Amino acid sequence: MSEHVTLPEGNVEKHTTTINLGPTHPATHGVFQNIIELDGETIVSAEQTVGYIHRAFEKIAEHRVPYQITTLTDRLNYCSSPLNNFGWHITCERLLGIKTPKRVDYLRIIIMELARISDHLICNSIVGVDSGAFSGFLYLMQYRELIYEIYEEICGSRLTTNMGRIGGFERNFTNEAFGKLERFMKEWPPALKEFDEMFVRNRIFMDRTIGVGPISAERALNYGFTGPNLRAAGVDYDVRIHTPYSSYEDFDFTIPVGSTGDCYDRFLVRDQEMWQSMEIIKQAYQKVQEFKGAEAEVYHADVPDFYLPDKKDVYTKMEALIYHFKIIMGETHLPVGEIYSSVEGANGELGFYLITDGGRSPYRLHFRRPCFVYYQAYSELTKGGLLSDAIITMSSLNLIAGELDA
Amino acid sequence: MEKFGEELTGWEEPYGMLTFTSDKNLNLKVLQFLFDDPELGFQFMTDLTAVHYPNQEGKELAVVYHLHNLKENVRIRYKIFTNIQKPDVYTASALFSAANWMERETFDFFGVNFVGHPNLKRILNVEEMEYFPLRKEYPLEDQKRTDKDDEMFGRD
Repeated sequence: MSEHVTLPEGNVEKHTTTINLGPTHPATHGVFQNIIELDGETIVSAEQTVGYIHRAFEKIAEHRVPYQITTLTDRLNYCSSPLNNFGWHITCERLLGIKTPKRVDYLRIIIMELARISDHLICNSIVGVDSGAFSGFLYLMQYRELIYEIYEEICGSRLTTNMGRIGGFERNFTNEAFGKLERFMKEWPPALKEFDEMFVRNRIFMDRTIGVGPISAERALNYGFTGPNLRAAGVDYDVRIHTPYSSYEDFDFTIPVGSTGDCYDRFLVRDQEMWQSMEIIKQAYQKVQEFKGAEAEVYHADVPDFYLPDKKDVYTKMEALIYHFKIIMGETHLPVGEIYSSVEGANGELGFYLITDGGRSPYRLHFRRPCFVYYQAYSELTKGGLLSDAIITMSSLNLIAGELDA
Repeated sequence: MEKFGEELTGWEEPYGMLTFTSDKNLNLKVLQFLFDDPELGFQFMTDLTAVHYPNQEGKELAVVYHLHNLKENVRIRYKIFTNIQKPDVYTASALFSAANWMERETFDFFGVNFVGHPNLKRILNVEEMEYFPLRKEYPLEDQKRTDKDDEMFGRD
């Protein structure tokens, strides 16, 4: 026999396999990497690497005027960009002390709840895809098209919307926009009901997701979880109720809460939240229809320093021309201040910590991104589970890479 | 606070959120007190970040903690200042697991060294980077690029 080949020291003693659930992988939605150590098929540890899509938003924001920062916020959680846009506008309005009229608030609520529905439907259908059921995803994406068409009527873009301005919207909602909204309100509930019937009491789906990736309420709070993941663990913290913004206190809705924090609870919480969002949209739409006459034409607050004047005034009046010039060139200064303001994003509390020093752009703007904060818990959630559980946990946490990295 | 007395300074309330400062060596004690005290109960860490003030001698980097008392819905902001030459701050990750990655992010961008952190590596930038990008002295764009012609745009 030939001489024995000796393996390098330590090679045979290694009991665990290291696999790389790499940055480009069909199951991870977004670019982030997990290095998972497996013992057989059970996970021993998982180490996350993020930062593949870091675009230096916080540094860029120090050199940009407020209306330019709206485009940066679009790209945080790109599945529900109007939520991020309005979160930023609400932060600026709180800094400047502007109160938006009720109609603006109600219109904003309609759009924000549509964005929440679009984010949750992606997350839930992707949980379905990751457990093998592909058709739910296809049927629900059709309704995302309807939501995109509504966004397009209002602001012109579909995905990264850059919607609205400090003080309100750029233009009034057209009748077509309302028509598309009515079509969505009519066609969406039956589709969601079909999706529910397919998944919620499905034996295979329940076996795949019950008991997978659970987290207790204390650990979740310690980890800084917010949003549907925290509510699935049993804590009913929702920024819309705790610190109401944009007139959420005028609406009647419930917050669904789970108990064990596993994937099935997260799925159900998001599902119920979609139904609740539909309730809010119906109530808001009715309230908007009640505005008559001149009030029905209000679509922004009066903020001459930050809201571009009407084009016909710009061409005829001197003041409007000067304001237009100043705003576009970014020469209107923000007051000195320091504010932390948050909105309920689709994934949790999206916070904006803004420090201004009287200049045209912020001195420091920090985004408190919910995904970034709760992704830390991933290794604890998947320890002891199987590899397929790791995939389902990752997709049920609704990790959007744009929000992880910013 | 009765317990800490004069060691807490800089009380102000911008836009309704109480803000205070203390010496950086006290940060763990203050955080623990805010966590444990039954009347205060700030058990949720909302945010941890840093701000660079290049003009304050000896206190250039400010680490800012945002805490939240979920039961009574009170938020509070706690700042500590540290010297940029020796930016050592005790880590809060033993108390709040949420602080783990937030401190890594603060280290990555500002260079604040969190003493006692289990895994203080860069998180969003490449590991080989030698500078700390969000400090004020680093420019927005890489000045060594030769392929962009900004003459027409008038950028700074």
